[in-house]
Amino acid sequence: MLAKRIIPCLDVDRGRVVKGVNFVEIRDAGDPVEIAQRYDAEGADEITFLDITASHDERETMVHVVEEVASQVFIPLTVGGGIRRVEDIRRLLNAGADKVSINTAAVYNPEFVREAAERVGSQCIVVAIDAKRVSAPDEPPQWEIFTHGGRKHTGLDAVDWARRMVACGAGEILLTSMDRDGTRQGFDIELTRAVSDAVRVPVIASGGVGTLQHLVDGVTLGHADAVLAASIFHFGQHTVGEAKHYMAERGVEVRL
Amino acid sequence: MNTVAVVDYGMGNLRSVVKALEHEAPSGTRVLLTEDAATIGEAERVVFPGQGAARDCMAALTARGLDRVLKGVALDRPFLGICMGMQVLVDYSEENGGTDCLGVLGGRVRFFGEDLRGPDDGLRLKIPHMGWNQVHQETDHPLWRGIAQDSRFYFVHSYYLEAGDPALVAASTDYGIRFTSAIARENIFAIQCHPEKSAAPGLTLLRNFMRWDGKE
Repeated sequence: MLAKRIIPCLDVDRGRVVKGVNFVEIRDAGDPVEIAQRYDAEGADEITFLDITASHDERETMVHVVEEVASQVFIPLTVGGGIRRVEDIRRLLNAGADKVSINTAAVYNPEFVREAAERVGSQCIVVAIDAKRVSAPDEPPQWEIFTHGGRKHTGLDAVDWARRMVACGAGEILLTSMDRDGTRQGFDIELTRAVSDAVRVPVIASGGVGTLQHLVDGVTLGHADAVLAASIFHFGQHTVGEAKHYMAERGVEVRL
Repeated sequence: MNTVAVVDYGMGNLRSVVKALEHEAPSGTRVLLTEDAATIGEAERVVFPGQGAARDCMAALTARGLDRVLKGVALDRPFLGICMGMQVLVDYSEENGGTDCLGVLGGRVRFFGEDLRGPDDGLRLKIPHMGWNQVHQETDHPLWRGIAQDSRFYFVHSYYLEAGDPALVAASTDYGIRFTSAIARENIFAIQCHPEKSAAPGLTLLRNFMRWDGKE
């Protein structure tokens, strides 16, 4: 049976992993290759790099990072952040990325997703959706798409948007709850389930993981196909291997 | 010098395949990413990867004259098809409203269907079939050496292969249905998943391929 995936996410700024990954016995805490190898050895099913480099001129650095990692680590690699042109996608795929994640560019130009999927195939195109709950507690739940780290609202309904992106050719949805991101209170389960049940492609739940039980809940209650987390793994709180054993003990199919 | 030709016909990212092969290559083996018919013809081994749609793949092969080259090298030397490189080896694919393929081996490629359901919970299964699934070895093939039965490999695909002859089936995998995830005959081995992205079991398979004499 297909396993649910666990995906550690690394923020990369000018070629260096930031937000203080805290592994013991690692020589260089900022080296993407070393950290990716470590996650691979722990059993990560995939690794996502989020390029947070602000300066456009330094974005080329990410291509080199991908090249280096892809020659040492033989699991799927996804790269997101600042992808606006098909040319950006090609360069990353040619460097060894398997998928790219498109966020803001999709919101401002949905046809970009269609063009990208036609040129490189849907299997390489992940659309990242940052959603925030906009309904009152006593209303039926509703979520809206936000951009720019949750600062700009768009008026787009998250579930409708996910369906539309799949119709445009998205091969996977990376769904982040902006309400939960960074809170360590767990995924927004209702949001995850609403989106996952609405689309036929895999959905990766993201935002809010603080405990291993949150990972289980994302899959069993949220119907997510994969779970993405950052700090729970980076700060040595848990290894990916521990997370997988915990999930397996609770009946979730994982790759051990 | 031993050479492994990785057939480049403009379909998808082949860099990962090359890197993984280089990682596992015995010393003195060169890995060449090439669309040149002569280079492919002279190589000791051929790897035929690919992703994308069946019709685009067939069109790209035909436009480069590689369809004939591949049919030739598939006769007489260790040959490894990966993902779409497996699917276009058989006779026909349902994809794109029907696409005639290379016909090197007997079989058809079919769509998983919009209403694929899990056997236990009845929940709808996602398409594409994306992620790590178990590969059940159906034969004792040299390429399985050192790989545990039912090891997980990384898959990404929406269509699956139905072998024309049960004797071709080298592995099967469950996803709503039980489908053929590897086929083999004589010097040809082809696999649906991506060994180049499948961590240790995948690398072992590539290592085995580069040391394989092409006999079952």
